[in-house]
Amino acid sequence: MVVYNLYIFNRNGQCLFYREWLRRRQIKMTQEEEFKLMNGFIYSVKSFVQRLTPTDLKDGFVSFKTNCYKLHYYETPTGLKFILNTDNNVDNIRHILHQLYSTIFVNYIVKNPRYSALDIINNDQEIFIEKLDEFISNLSIFSQTNKI
Amino acid sequence: MVVHSFYVINRSGGLIFSYEHSIPKIELEKTFSYPLDFIFKRAQKGVVVEFGQRDGIKVGHTILSINGIPTRGNNIDFSAPSSINNDDDQQISSPTSHDIIEYLSDSANFPVTIKFGRPRLNGNEKLILASIFHSMYAIACQLSPELNSTGIRELETDQFKLYCFQSITGIKFVALTDIRQVNVDALLKRSYELYSDYALKNPFYSIDQPIWCPLFQETVKQAIDSLEKTGSPYT
Repeated sequence: MVVYNLYIFNRNGQCLFYREWLRRRQIKMTQEEEFKLMNGFIYSVKSFVQRLTPTDLKDGFVSFKTNCYKLHYYETPTGLKFILNTDNNVDNIRHILHQLYSTIFVNYIVKNPRYSALDIINNDQEIFIEKLDEFISNLSIFSQTNKI
Repeated sequence: MVVHSFYVINRSGGLIFSYEHSIPKIELEKTFSYPLDFIFKRAQKGVVVEFGQRDGIKVGHTILSINGIPTRGNNIDFSAPSSINNDDDQQISSPTSHDIIEYLSDSANFPVTIKFGRPRLNGNEKLILASIFHSMYAIACQLSPELNSTGIRELETDQFKLYCFQSITGIKFVALTDIRQVNVDALLKRSYELYSDYALKNPFYSIDQPIWCPLFQETVKQAIDSLEKTGSPYT
């Protein structure tokens, strides 16, 4: 099993953070355009799901699968959106995304006195990136093929 | 294990077939005294609860009737015959009709019995959602981190799952099921067979046009029934 990449968006739709562990396909647009597309896409998936649902939703959209990847989605009550792409053999990993938020993001970003809410996370947040890499690479879904 | 509904989308994103198998009915009727705890919002399909969910009445529920009289969009008419409730005359307001939000903010009208519920999708909404899904499918390929990805095959929420199978010719077969239903892919493959047999081979059917073939609908229904009972769409 493979972990591809992670996007974090804030409630205004700005991409706070992006990190990739494996990406075989390079997209034919700038990174900024890609973030906008991803955010708009998730927005429309959410509203699609809300309109289509036959019963009342609690969490709403959780994940979707194609033939080669699976996109997992987790949104905090404050509107932070975590999007993790893995290969499609992975089960529901909502709890992992929640853990990522509550242990890594809260501890190393929110509690950082130099970080004010809604700021973009840049490369000088070294501890966060280090801890995130450690967290992801210790997951059972992160396999050897990732490291090639 | 339930299959809620089944749709066929053509190559250009148009909905050409829709079949509702079992959509749960969500309706709640309660009597309220003044003042109401809810905050309402006017929407296209009627007055919607925007804030203050309680007693099973959730945000997003629409007012379906007041004192047993069905609403018409954002209005209610207590003097008119209550039988008419089509998609077309939703927004008609006659001199005898009241605006629902104004009606419910007047203490003289209380106590009042209100029926809340989740209205079903009408034909127009299904068309819109089908073309939204068509473009979501295309964007999912574009955003893929991996080479040669298809679009969305399986979309999961906490209440339902959407399965999609796209044939080589570009026709999408979509099924909406609850989260425990298994073997939906087999159902979609089966419906492709049925589409080839009962729609494409029908001399009166022209490609990419809505499917009005009774045999197709009949056999799709049988396949769904058999999937729910035996776990396989083949009888």
